[in-house]
Amino acid sequence: MLGEGILKGLAETAKNFAGSFVSKERMTTVEYPEERLPLPEASRNFPFLVYDGEDWEKGLRCVACQICEKECPPKCIYIEKSKDKKPDYVGKPQIYPTKFDIDISVCMSCQICVEVCPFEAIKMNTEFELATDDRFGGLLLDRKELARSNEYYHEIHPTEATEVDARLAGEKAKVEMKAKAAADAAAAKAAAAPATGTGAAVAAAKPAASTEAKAAPATKPEEMAKVPAAETAPAAAKPVPGTGSDGPAPMTAEEKENAETPAKPNEGEPKV
Amino acid sequence: MIGRLDQIFVLLKHWLLGYLPESWQTPVGVIISVACIVGLYPALFAVTTVLERKGVGRIQNRLGPNRVGPYGILQPMADGIKSLTKEDIVPTSADAVVHFLAPIILVVTVFMGFAVLPMGRNMVLVDMDAGLLFYFAMGASTELSVFMAGWSSRNKYSLLGAMRAVAQMISYEVALLLSSVVVVMMSGSLSLVKIVEAQNHYSYGLPHWFIFTPWGCAAFIMYAIAGTAETNRSPFDLPEGESELVAGYHTEYSGFKFALFFLGEYVAMFSISALGSTLFLGGWMAPVSWLQVVPSWIWFFGKLFVSMCVFIWLRGTLPRLRQDQLMNFAWKFVLPMCLLNLFVAGLWRFMGEGWLRWVVCSAILILAYVSIGREGMRRKKFGPRNYRYAE
Repeated sequence: MLGEGILKGLAETAKNFAGSFVSKERMTTVEYPEERLPLPEASRNFPFLVYDGEDWEKGLRCVACQICEKECPPKCIYIEKSKDKKPDYVGKPQIYPTKFDIDISVCMSCQICVEVCPFEAIKMNTEFELATDDRFGGLLLDRKELARSNEYYHEIHPTEATEVDARLAGEKAKVEMKAKAAADAAAAKAAAAPATGTGAAVAAAKPAASTEAKAAPATKPEEMAKVPAAETAPAAAKPVPGTGSDGPAPMTAEEKENAETPAKPNEGEPKV
Repeated sequence: MIGRLDQIFVLLKHWLLGYLPESWQTPVGVIISVACIVGLYPALFAVTTVLERKGVGRIQNRLGPNRVGPYGILQPMADGIKSLTKEDIVPTSADAVVHFLAPIILVVTVFMGFAVLPMGRNMVLVDMDAGLLFYFAMGASTELSVFMAGWSSRNKYSLLGAMRAVAQMISYEVALLLSSVVVVMMSGSLSLVKIVEAQNHYSYGLPHWFIFTPWGCAAFIMYAIAGTAETNRSPFDLPEGESELVAGYHTEYSGFKFALFFLGEYVAMFSISALGSTLFLGGWMAPVSWLQVVPSWIWFFGKLFVSMCVFIWLRGTLPRLRQDQLMNFAWKFVLPMCLLNLFVAGLWRFMGEGWLRWVVCSAILILAYVSIGREGMRRKKFGPRNYRYAE
């Protein structure tokens, strides 16, 4: 009959109306400023800089390598390198950023800076209440505003932060072990040289080389590139001085050829 | 004491007028009454907006506004301040004079309807002999202001909204009038005061409201449908259908002019509900005889409140109709039912007292309702079109 559906609908809405006063489960509203839902762990919006320890300035992991600045698609990162150096988490002296600005009005939250960072220094934040009454200055965050402690990182992305910590600890342990092995080798050499000749020195150097070989497959190839100590480690293992210190690795014959080939057609051009 | 409480506003007015010279009393008395009406209904409008937003929110399992004041009851104040301080934009190519006049005419004509509505015993501004006629004349001129608004804005959406509004209002105006005519037929008067008095007797403690008769019940349902359509309320809010027409005829209105349209819509709802309760629900009468001790104006405003709640309830329940459904419903269902109801009312009058007229009248109306509802509202089934010769 005509109007039946209307009556059914009215009954349904009346049930909703009465039920909303009785049962709390019906109400889906979260009254935001007072109560809020926990953010999912994968949530992200803008990057922040991780620091270890208490002092944000001292503990900043960033070494001003500027990879993120170069990779940033909308170019919202601005870095100025320091003139002096300070020790990083493995104790190697590194330069640090005197200026690290991110313009979050430009940032598009793509997370590329996080993915390219070899030092686990930049991570994505979950803070979203960033409204300000100054739309230029207020949205340009400097390194002090960007700095967050590692504990905070653990708070917002626990799984990811634990992985990062394990990786960094592994690298640190490896470097320490290498340094120790190198020191042992040097000590053994020093001890053996005056006494019985070269036999003992070879024996002492071997375990150091074997640990290196064992450790290498365990770390991922990308991490190999990341580890700043990687340059020093082969230097310690191989008794060839100078290869690690002069920055870019010496080109192999093949690479040299590749680099030269594009030049060849240019040479031929004027002749035609 | 009870009588005095019932007449408190009347006595208050007379007491105030007592301080004035004889020649001043009539005009000042009218001004006081008008000021009361003009002050009271916008206040009720403010209350109703927050009631509606909370109510519809609850229907959708939300909380509704709860930020301004305790439980959000001060929300209308915030809205009022906002609409007062907003910029008033008039489109460059609009007809500025008509654009300005449209909301004013709407509000004025809507308020004029209250002049003839009795809001309690002896509480009527003008007891006009042709009160109902006056009311419908005023109600019909709101269409004018709606069309003025739509046309003067020089906006396609506004004009479309206004065209829809006029088409809808004219269609349902017919049904509104025809459903009210039965009441005039039975009570023998166009004066709304007399119509209330015609219902003002009780048997076995129950009132003789017109809704408790077969023809009155049918007329009330038709009146409620037509009244909802007249005031452009959901589910008949096509003229301002925001999903297709931005905001319909008041698209180009901002600031306080928009607020006036909003006010006009709600005051029209009050007035159509007040007329409905006057015609069918006994106006200011108590629902049972022993409750007559409660002042009459409380009953009037109580009925107004209940019908506003029904309006809100309907709004929270029903989706908007399509334009063709709207027109079909008006001309194919409501109008035939109203015409039949005129006949039934006549039958009722001439069949005399007794149970027979109850059975006959009810049977005719229910049969008509079922059959017109089934046949008239049946949807035509259109299959894929066959081209026999044009392949």
